Amino acid sequence: MTVITGVTCPVCGTFCDDIELVVKDNVIIDVRNACAMGAAKFLSYAAHRSLKPLVRKNGELVEASMDEAVEKAAKILVDAAYPILYGWSNTSCEAIRVGLELAEEVGGVIDNTSTVCHGPSILSVQDVGIASCTLGQLRHRADLIFYWASNPWSAHPRHIERYTMFSEGRFQKSTWRGYLSRLSGGLSRKRLQRAVNLVLRRDIFTTPEVKRRMPYSMFQKKRKMVVVDVRKTRTAEAADYFLQVEPNKDYELLQAMRMLIRDEELDVDEVAGVPVETLEEVADIMVGCELGVFFFGLGLTMSEGKHRNVDAALHLTRDLNQRTKFLIMPMRGHFNVTGVNIVFTWQTGYPYAIDFSHGYPRYNPGETSVIDILNRDEADASLIVASDPVAHFPRKTVQNLVKNPLIAIDPEVSPTTLLADVVFPSAFVGIEAEGTAYRMDHVPLPLKKIVEPPKTCLSDEEILRKILQKVHKMRRNQN
Amino acid sequence: MPKLKVSLITGRTINQGRGKEMGKLSKEYLESVVICQIDPNDMKFLGVKENTNVKVITDFGSVVLKAVKSARAPHPKIVFIPYGPWASFIMNPKTHGTGMSSLKGIPAEVEPAPNEKVLSLQNLLNQFRKERR
Repeated sequence: MTVITGVTCPVCGTFCDDIELVVKDNVIIDVRNACAMGAAKFLSYAAHRSLKPLVRKNGELVEASMDEAVEKAAKILVDAAYPILYGWSNTSCEAIRVGLELAEEVGGVIDNTSTVCHGPSILSVQDVGIASCTLGQLRHRADLIFYWASNPWSAHPRHIERYTMFSEGRFQKSTWRGYLSRLSGGLSRKRLQRAVNLVLRRDIFTTPEVKRRMPYSMFQKKRKMVVVDVRKTRTAEAADYFLQVEPNKDYELLQAMRMLIRDEELDVDEVAGVPVETLEEVADIMVGCELGVFFFGLGLTMSEGKHRNVDAALHLTRDLNQRTKFLIMPMRGHFNVTGVNIVFTWQTGYPYAIDFSHGYPRYNPGETSVIDILNRDEADASLIVASDPVAHFPRKTVQNLVKNPLIAIDPEVSPTTLLADVVFPSAFVGIEAEGTAYRMDHVPLPLKKIVEPPKTCLSDEEILRKILQKVHKMRRNQN
Repeated sequence: MPKLKVSLITGRTINQGRGKEMGKLSKEYLESVVICQIDPNDMKFLGVKENTNVKVITDFGSVVLKAVKSARAPHPKIVFIPYGPWASFIMNPKTHGTGMSSLKGIPAEVEPAPNEKVLSLQNLLNQFRKERR
C-alpha cells in the first residue's frame, strides 16, 4: 500500500493539486482532500469502460484490433471534405498538440468545448481586455468576492475553500467559522418556522418575504462574498449577500452598476428585479473594498446577450479600477479547458473555432465554430476527443453530427461513444497517463500517472499519433 | 390541464457532477439528470407532487422529466434542469453568430404528465439513430 501525495485532480477548472491517493496492487483504494466529484472520479473511473477499440459493422459496434480501428479512422478523416475535430478540454496539452497537427493535415475544423462554455468570454476579452491575476493573489489579498451567475458549490466544489472565503490567506482570514454559526442559526430559524406553521396550520408554501436589507456583515472590515444569480443556490446561501436577478437581465444590472460606480443617477426604481437602493449600497461596498474580484460563470455566456454580458462585466471591472483595485476571472469548467485555449493560441494564433480548410488557420466564431457548422450541416465527418457532444449539444446539432461518420476517443462509455462508428477507449489522463494541464488562472500543472492502464488502452496522445501517421501515409499514397 | 409559462435554466448540480465522474451510464448520473426543479408554489399551481412526471415544452421539442421541489425557493416561474441529454434535447440551437447555443433563460412551458414516461437513455439515443444515413 502506498500513499501518493500532491496529485492533481483531473475534473474541474479549479484543478486542485493537494489530493492524496492510497494505492494498493495498482488500484486506488482511498482518496483524501478531494471533493465529491474528484473522489467519484478517482474511486470509480473504471466502472464503465470498454477495453478494446470498437468498430461499427452492420449497425453494431464490435471489438476490433488497434490497427483496424486506426485504419478505419484515418480513412474516414482522409475521405472527408470538411471534418470536425472537437473536444480536447479533458485531455493533456501534449495530446492537443497532436490534434492540431492532425487538423492541419486533414484540412478540417478544430474546436474545443469552450465554444459552448466560455467562448463568448474569450470573444469579449479580445474586444475589451481583462484585468486578471492568479488565484494565489486572491487567496491572500481579496476582501470582496463576487460570484456572478456562477455556482461554485456545485461546479467547482473546492474553489471557495481553496481560494476565496474559506481559505486562510496571509492578509485575509477565513470566514469558515462565521459561516458555520450562520448556518446553524438559519437551520434553527427554519425549524422554528416549520413548528409555527404546524401549530397555526399556516400554508407552508407561503413565499417568505425576501430580505432587501443589507446584513451587518457587509459593513464589517473583513472578507465578504456576494452572489448574483437568477435563483438561490448553495453558494448564495453561503454568501454574505445574495442579489436575485431576473433571467436574461444581467446586462442591465451590470450597466446600472457601471452608472452607479461613476456617480450617475438612475431614474428608475428597480433594475432587473433589484431595487436601485440595494444597488447603491452594493456599489458603495464595491468602491470601498481594498481588492475585489468578479468570478463569473456560464449564466452570463449562455443567456441572452452572451458575449455582450461579459463585455459589460469587463467594462465594470475597468470602471471600478478608477476607484479601487478590482479583478475578474471566468470560472472555467473542465480541468484543461484553459490549456486547450493556450495550446491552440500558441500553435495557430487563435484560441478556438479554427478552420484549416484553406490550408492556413482561420478564426471566425459564428461561422467556424462547431455548433454553427453542424447547424448548417456542412461537416461530413467528425473526431471527438474526450468529450460528449451528443449529451450536451442541442438536438438538431446532434442529428447533423451523428448522421455522418463519427470517431470517438474517450476513456469512458458515453452517449457519444454509443453512437460512434469507431471508438478508441483511451487511458484516463491524470490517473493512468501523464501530461500537462492549465488551471483556470493559466497556471500549468503536471498530471500524474498513478496506476498502470490496461494493456489495450493507450493514451489519447499515442492514439492520435497513430491516426496522424496513418493519415500521412494514406495521403502520400493518394498523391 | 394547467400550463405554466416559465423561464428554463440549465446548469450543473453536484449530483450531476458526481454522477458524470462515476460514468455516463451509471445509475447515479441517469437519476441526477432526469429531474426538473420547480418552485413549490408553481408545483401547487400545476397540481403536481414531488416525483410526478411533467412535460417541459420549448419551441425546439418537448421532454418528460420528474418534478422535484426546489430546495431554495422562491424563484417563481423559473425551472431548472441539470445539464445532460434530456436538457439538451429541448435547447435552442441558434448561436446568434457567437458559436454558443442558448442554454439558459429559454422560454418554456411546463404541464403535468402523470401518465407519460421519462424516456430511457437508450430510447433517447434511438431517436438520433433513426436519422442516420
